[in-house]
Parts: sequence; C-alpha cells; structure tokens
Amino acid sequence: MIREIIKRGLNNNQVILLKELRLNTYKSLSSALRNLSRKHGIPLSTLKANAKVLRDLNLINVSNGNGVKEVVLTPMGHFVIELLNSTAIKDFTVDLDVIKVLTERSEIVRRHVLEMVAEAGSGHVGASLSVVDILVTLLTAKMRYDFKNPKWHLRDRLILSKGHAAPALYAVLATTGIIPRDELRKFRDIEGILQGHPDTEIPGVDMVSGSLGQGLSIGCGMALALKNDGIPAKVYVIMGDGELDEGQVWEAAMTASKLRLDNLIVIIDRNKYQQEGLTEAVKPLEPLVMKWISFGWHVIEVDGHNFRELLGAFNEADEHKGGPTAIIAHTVKGRGFPPAEGNNKYHSRPITKEELRLTGVI
Amino acid sequence: MRLTFGRTLVEIGLTYSDLYVVDADSASHTMTSLFAENFPDRFVNVGISEQDLVGVASGLASVGKKVIASTYASFLMRAWEQIRNTVARAKLNVKFVGTHAGISNFGDGPSHQCFEDIALMRVIPGMKVIVPADSLELRGCLTEVVKDEGPAYIRIGRDEDERVYDECLCRLGVANVVMDGSDVAIVAIGNMVSESVKAAKELRNVGISAAVIDSHTVKPLDRETILKYAMKTGAMVVAEEHNVLGGLGSAVAEVISRKYPIPIEFVGVDDTFGHSARSLGDLRKFLGLTSSDISRAVTKVVRER
Repeated sequence: MIREIIKRGLNNNQVILLKELRLNTYKSLSSALRNLSRKHGIPLSTLKANAKVLRDLNLINVSNGNGVKEVVLTPMGHFVIELLNSTAIKDFTVDLDVIKVLTERSEIVRRHVLEMVAEAGSGHVGASLSVVDILVTLLTAKMRYDFKNPKWHLRDRLILSKGHAAPALYAVLATTGIIPRDELRKFRDIEGILQGHPDTEIPGVDMVSGSLGQGLSIGCGMALALKNDGIPAKVYVIMGDGELDEGQVWEAAMTASKLRLDNLIVIIDRNKYQQEGLTEAVKPLEPLVMKWISFGWHVIEVDGHNFRELLGAFNEADEHKGGPTAIIAHTVKGRGFPPAEGNNKYHSRPITKEELRLTGVI
Repeated sequence: MRLTFGRTLVEIGLTYSDLYVVDADSASHTMTSLFAENFPDRFVNVGISEQDLVGVASGLASVGKKVIASTYASFLMRAWEQIRNTVARAKLNVKFVGTHAGISNFGDGPSHQCFEDIALMRVIPGMKVIVPADSLELRGCLTEVVKDEGPAYIRIGRDEDERVYDECLCRLGVANVVMDGSDVAIVAIGNMVSESVKAAKELRNVGISAAVIDSHTVKPLDRETILKYAMKTGAMVVAEEHNVLGGLGSAVAEVISRKYPIPIEFVGVDDTFGHSARSLGDLRKFLGLTSSDISRAVTKVVRER
C-alpha cells in the first residue's frame, strides 16, 4: 500500500483530512466531514471523495473500540502524516539570557571534559564533546530537578545510554553542584567516585550504563511506572548513533510505541561516527528518520549544538501526545576541540595536557 | 510448578500494590497470565524480546516498583549481559523467574532445555539463586524473595513436580534437611530432591544411611548446614538437573574443598546438551539423572570415604 501512496501522492485535501483526523476525535466520518467542510471551506462532496481515497488506501478507519465509534488514523496513516510533518522544528523563541548561560556553561563543561580525560589518561573525548550541548540544555534549562535532592521522586529522569560520554555527564553534574568539583580530577581514579562509565552510586546518575543499547528499554520501564503513578515526569534517554546497531534498541522502540509512552523522549547524538569509522560505513543507519517514524515515533531533527533548536525540540516533545518522541540531534564528534572535530582518531585516544596547552584549552 | 507460580503471583499481587510482572510473550506458558488477568495495569508483555524484558523490568524497579520478570530459562539467559550490567550493577529489585528449566521441557529438545542458568546467574555479584524442590517450596520461596531487596533468580520446571513437602516454610539461605543420615549426605535441588529421597530410601535397604539436604538457595549457599553434614557423614553427593560444571555441585565443592575436604560425587548433566524425548523418564535416564544414578554415586563415594 505504501508503494501505491508514493506513486499517486496525496493531494492537499487529503493531507488536511489526515492532519485534522489525527488531532481531533469524531464519532463518525460523516460528522467529521461536515465539520471540516465548514472549517476549511471545502465542498462536502470533495471531502467525501478524498475520504474514500484515504479509506481505500487504509490510512483512516472507523474503529469500534469499547462500543464507542471513532474515526482514527491507521498505523500507516500515522506513518504518512508523521513523514509529512517531520521537517525542521518551528521557530521557538528563547530568552537571549538563557542562550548566554547555556553557551557559557557548555564552554566550562568542555574544558572540564578535556581536563578530566587528560588527567585520567583515558576516556572518550569525541563522543563526550558531541553530546555536551544536549546535556547542558537538558540539565540546566529543561529538566525538573532538585539539585539539592537528586533522588526527588518527582524529578525528570535522565539515562545516558551512550555511557562512554560519562565525562560530559559528570562535568555537567558538577556545574550544577550535585557532584563536588574536586571529584572531576579523580575521574577514573581508584580513589574517586567517577568511574569510566555511569554508575548509580554517583549522585545525580539515574541509571548505570556502559554496555550500549540498553538505555531505551530501561527508559520504557521508568516512563511506564511514572505514568501509571500519575507522576508528570519525563524520561530522557540519550543514545549514540553507533549505538543504534544494537538490536535491543529496536525492541524497545516498539515497546515504547505499544505503551504509548509520551513521557519518553529519546535524543540521538548523531555525530556520524562509531569506534571503527563512519556509521554509514559500519552498518548504515539511513534513512534514520524513516526508521523511527515507522516504529511509531514522533521525530524531530535539530542541530545538536544549537540551544534554541534543542529547547524548541524539547518543548515540542512535551506537546506531542499519544506516543514517544525521538529527537535526532545532528552533532560534530569532538566539537569544541579542533584536533578532535570530525576526527575519529579521538574516539577513545588519550589526550595529554601538553596537547591542551598547545591548543589553548588550558 | 508454573501453575503454582501463577497462583502465588496473584496472592503476592494482592499484598503488594507496587508489584509488576513483565513477561516476554510466554505468559500462558509461564502462567504469569493469571497475574495479568487480575492486575492488567501491572503486567507488561514486551513481546518476544528478552533483552527488552530485562530493561523494562530495570526501569520499573528504578522508580521503586517490585518487579518479577519471567520467561523460559533458556531464553532469559540471552539477556544475561543486561542482567549483569544493569540489574546487578545498579542492585535493582528485579526477581527473575526462569521457567521450563532443567529437563522439564523434555519434548522440545536442547534449544529449550536449560542446564547452564545456575552457573551463569551464580557468578553475578549480588545475585541470589533459588531452586525450589516442589510447588509448596516455590510458593514459600517466592513469597520470601519478594520481601527481600535486590536481584534474585528463581529457577523452576514446567510441570507439577513430585511432592517433597506437606508444608514448607522457606527461609532464604537456610537449607532444609529432608532426611537425616550418617554415612553420606546428598545435597540436591529442584526435582533432584525427590529423586534423592527415593535413592536414600533404596539405600537404607543396603545398609547405607543417607541424609538428603534440599539446598534451595544455591546462592548464598547455606555453608553451615553443608559443613555440618560434611563433618557428620564424611562423604557427599550433589544432585541437580544442571551441568555438573558451575552449578550447585561447584558451589558445594567450593565450600568443602576449602573447609573440610571429603570425597564428593556429582550427579548432573555431564557437560552436554539434552535431547528430545517422549517422556521425562526417558530423558532422565538418557542424561543419568535418576534415583539409581544417585544411588550409584553414593555407593562409590561411600567406598572412597
């Protein structure tokens, strides 16, 4: 059927019908069409003809769940309208002061990340630097959080599923005061609490990680429990793009849409590299937007280093109801440290303090 | 076993309003379906995806729920790494129940018969491992384990096992002495407890007094009782529906060899896979897991004493 739809295309009236039927509930198709005919000034007969096409294409359906009739989009209908909608996010107005704070904080965090890895003699610089702006935006300007009480039961949850970016998470947590700054110098040290990958022993860390591909399933469980308990908290799961090679991610993607977890938001740090090279060379991910949409997700694409776009996307995810949202954040691996930018040699290569001095970081 | 499992879940579900059950499309076979019928809001079928099963269970537990995650033992092991890396590392309150373990699923063959799970779960730090001998003991263990904090693995078979107990108070980490004896101690778990009782009765006729110890908690092992009977009898046989490598036998030997070395024999699956069979008895014979196999091991070990 999808081939048929692509071949013949959808006209404007059909798109209007799909959008309206997704947003509003109608008890019967005829009442929907009468209503929409008035609202959009389109003759009823035209709408009727187009609705018939949509029904024949199996994009809409009259359901009879629990004895209540309702006009609904079929899964394929949702797929098609989501595909039409998945453009860049709408303009989102943000206070310039907020942007200023986020910019400053990201710079501090990046410096911390580099110093931590240099001090420890190991760590993943590239993947940490690509995700910094996402983490800073979430923890500073988005998430509901009590920095004095990181175990607050009503808080939004954060899972860093790409656990190797732990230095970025720790540095952001240090800027909020949850982790003492002194600890950053003891990253990966036997005396310190900040291990190479996130651990729930660390204040502010909601979930262990380090083995890729597990965070989204955990996010599903968290989101379900919070929803059932009536707690209006969100669960944010940050995944790497290379991580999407793991089959469990797609098991979880199906679970999230089955459970209609609209309090679950995935951010994919699309830095285009994984350990052994380009994602598209190792195990091609594209068309990635289509993959997520076809798994029943609402998808937003943003520049992962643009705070305005990130905040806009998080806001749009809040507004999206009935299913989970995936934000594909296009980033640069190693962002902010010129030798590492887009250079996969810095995936897990140790950096030296000498290098930091030469590049003016310290 | 699984029917008792399902019924006990319903009882526990009534007691604890924060208990969730997660299954990987096997509810009508693990009998978690009974829980699902009674508490649909606290039941999730994640589909045929064991890794996701463990993840979803972890997420629920991290928000403070008590979680039981259940599916076929063989396939739960597919998510061993998720169990290790998420549940155990974060010390989450998830209890795994692996069903159809050992030889109970005789018909389906080696893909479904699981002889490795005890070894795999036993080596995970902080993981408790429990193998009830019959349905009464399962009921007791499950009730106890839900009260307990942290991760645990309960291993059960498919069908109703031969009764060992008329009543059963299960105390985690405390072995049950099913029969007392002075010449040899048979330490067993699961179905092998009733086989051991059969063997011990046969052995009486030839003048060997065998104790039977049901070591339902494989980890943490009841070292005290094991050592007490090692000293009392001077010979030991371990019986389990599991590979002789890494299971209860290894756990017992780890204690005995360090604290009180005595002759010890192992009745178990001899590092091999199972085979399809038309009856449990046929497979039991094929793999050497009968009461006669236990008796033979006892006779041998008593001579070495």
